Amino acid sequence: MTLQQLVETARALYDDIDLDCVRRWKDAAPGRKAIGHMPVYVPRELIHAAGMLPVGVVGGGDRLEIIRGDALFQSYICRIPRSTIELAVSGRLDVLDGMLFPSICDVIRNLSGMWQLLFPGRYVRYIDVPQNFDARVGGAFWRLELERLRADFAALAGREITDDDLRHSIAVYNENRAAIRDLYRERSRRPWIFPLSEAFLFLRAGNVLPPEEHTALLREYLRAAPLDANRREQDHSRVILAGMFCEQPPHGLLVTLERAGCDVVDDDLLIGLRWITRDVDIEGDPLAALVDAYLHASASSASRYAPDGDRARWLLDSYAGNHAEGVVFCAPSFCDPALLDQPMLVAGLDRQGVPHTEFKYSEDTGQFAVIREQAGTFSDSIRLWSAT
Amino acid sequence: MNVQRETSMTLQKQLLSDHYDALARAPEEGRKVVYTFVPGNLNELVRSFDLLPLLPEINALQSGMRKLSGGYITEAEKHGHSEDVCTYVKCDIGMSLRGNIGPTGKPLPKPDLLLLSYTGCFTFMKWFELLREQYDCPVAMLHVPYQADGRIDPHQRDYIVQQLRTEVIPKLEQVSGRAYDEDRLREMLRRSARAEDDLSWVLQSAKNVPSPIDAYFGGVYYIGPIFSAFRGTDDAVRYYAALRAEVEERIAAGAGPVTPDGPMKNERYRLVVEGPPNWTSFRDFWRMFYEEEAVVVASTYTKVGGLYDTGFRHDPDSPLETLADYCLGCYTNLSLPARVDLLTRYVREYRADGLLINSVKSCNSFSVGQLLMLREVESRTGVPGAFIESDLVDPRYFSAANIKNRIESYLQMLDQKRAIA
Repeated sequence: MTLQQLVETARALYDDIDLDCVRRWKDAAPGRKAIGHMPVYVPRELIHAAGMLPVGVVGGGDRLEIIRGDALFQSYICRIPRSTIELAVSGRLDVLDGMLFPSICDVIRNLSGMWQLLFPGRYVRYIDVPQNFDARVGGAFWRLELERLRADFAALAGREITDDDLRHSIAVYNENRAAIRDLYRERSRRPWIFPLSEAFLFLRAGNVLPPEEHTALLREYLRAAPLDANRREQDHSRVILAGMFCEQPPHGLLVTLERAGCDVVDDDLLIGLRWITRDVDIEGDPLAALVDAYLHASASSASRYAPDGDRARWLLDSYAGNHAEGVVFCAPSFCDPALLDQPMLVAGLDRQGVPHTEFKYSEDTGQFAVIREQAGTFSDSIRLWSAT
Repeated sequence: MNVQRETSMTLQKQLLSDHYDALARAPEEGRKVVYTFVPGNLNELVRSFDLLPLLPEINALQSGMRKLSGGYITEAEKHGHSEDVCTYVKCDIGMSLRGNIGPTGKPLPKPDLLLLSYTGCFTFMKWFELLREQYDCPVAMLHVPYQADGRIDPHQRDYIVQQLRTEVIPKLEQVSGRAYDEDRLREMLRRSARAEDDLSWVLQSAKNVPSPIDAYFGGVYYIGPIFSAFRGTDDAVRYYAALRAEVEERIAAGAGPVTPDGPMKNERYRLVVEGPPNWTSFRDFWRMFYEEEAVVVASTYTKVGGLYDTGFRHDPDSPLETLADYCLGCYTNLSLPARVDLLTRYVREYRADGLLINSVKSCNSFSVGQLLMLREVESRTGVPGAFIESDLVDPRYFSAANIKNRIESYLQMLDQKRAIA
């Protein structure tokens, strides 16, 4: 495919809030099942090993009018649960054979209970990831949780999940995560070749495509984008975006940031897709490998306890490693994890003299002028007055 | 104004005041202090090490009741804390930024340990991460899994017990300089069970008609000792025995609850209330109910630090397992379907006329899903529900006129329903 065709493909998947692509995947062979999951992290390998398709559900964004979803939430709750409920009650999630709610915050936690009340009889599972990272304690707990999930998925799929199935799926997702890491590395190296507003579409396709197809799409994009001679380096500031790990920004917001002069060289968008930061071991006991990877190779994020107390470490490491010039905190309104975390991250940046700015958004933010001004001023201030 | 108080209210006020005095003296007396949370508080374990517990949520609500919280919240927001997040956290941080003088006017000691009992509330984790940055002190993380399936699974209990053994107890030993004394813990748990028997009896006394207690506004005073620093102590045993005796007298006399304006003479409406109260306008809020002769016969907030009316008691024969079960059973750690079941039970067993939800802006743990819960309980019980919104301790989010209007309209609706029936 040409680069334009690739981008159109990714864009079409982004716009597909009816999950037609999932329906097509299911219809392509008899007996296929799809399991939806909310942000941030779920062990998608287990779903895949059962022959089922993991489908990331991140709300309806700015393409969904919420009618019934709002009736179930107070004004001071973020938007992702409203649009997710709207997707469900409008039938768009009927293609899913189950729904997973990982422990990220009380909103998603309670949403799992709402799902049980609204859709009795459907498979719903709340996934309590451990906040204790001792292999004998949190690891043992997580292993039992994974065993339960394995049994559940086997029952849903109507087939056993063997260790070989699981090792194969781990290998598939290792390749997928490697492709995503490569994309992030290339974006950091040459953000004008892989602008965030475009790369985000490719990343997001991982929510609805089988991992094998997603990896192939990413690899094609990595090959094709540099061939576009019109992509030239611009006098932009290199920034990191922090706070966008759950409710996703509207695409227009990312476009706005780039037009305002920001090259985003790292971010935490859809971090669940690359939560495990290295290859998971494909030898030996696959569940033990997944446990080990979760305990020791998880990304840092607001919903994961930091035993060493250094909440800002990941951000400072990213700032240094990506040769960034500033940090833009962009949290969804009312997002407890992002907004409660932010003062600690800000304090860490301030101690190192790292420039930063902040704003809030919701998934359906439609006016970007103020954000453009703020981001533009920030970018200018870095270029004009930064010591580096 | 001559505010009426039950004898037990005066007693619990004294207990809390004495505790704040002890906290103020702690640095000079060399006593070590452990900060922890109400849901999932391990008071017996902490006290068995002769450590003093301090609960920032109690500080925050006390600050709210004393009209100090507004200033503290503003201070925290000036220091970069979002207007969207929990006001308990901002009140606590603001109070510490202004010198950490507690609600009774006495200085609060710094923590020697933050016992992060991660039970039923995501915000707890960030709260103590923030305090850890501020105080640079050790943290013991106790991750209490969520009862998503409406039951305690053995591996959840085991996980908590293992954390107690490998993380919490070693840190308590380190801070206190004392070895874990399981016999001492058992003795305290025995006392806890006795106090829990009496508290549970008191809360269930509201099944009487008329109810001798208000299980929400009066109830928050009743739970004070057991949800703060006193569960497992002789003080708690004495307090709850005295409270029970007081309530027994009221039942014998056919009397209603004591309100700040005197005993309720007539019980016209019986309500179940879900959600925390507003603390900054607590008395005004209460008055809106008793002036209309509405009594709260059951509430869920009085279960936030422990649920005893399904039969749970701390069991001294299995000390660590029972602490695990206690944590798992705290109200905000229950699934929404389990909460709906509990509310439905309360409406039926306490012969309630309706369910009122006070949804607080600060608390996603309580608030998310309450609109659906209201619909469910209405559907199952046939009683009408009411929904009002306020906040815990941010005075900017309590609109007295709006709330009073809604309550009055709701009670009028209950009257009309009766008339039709």
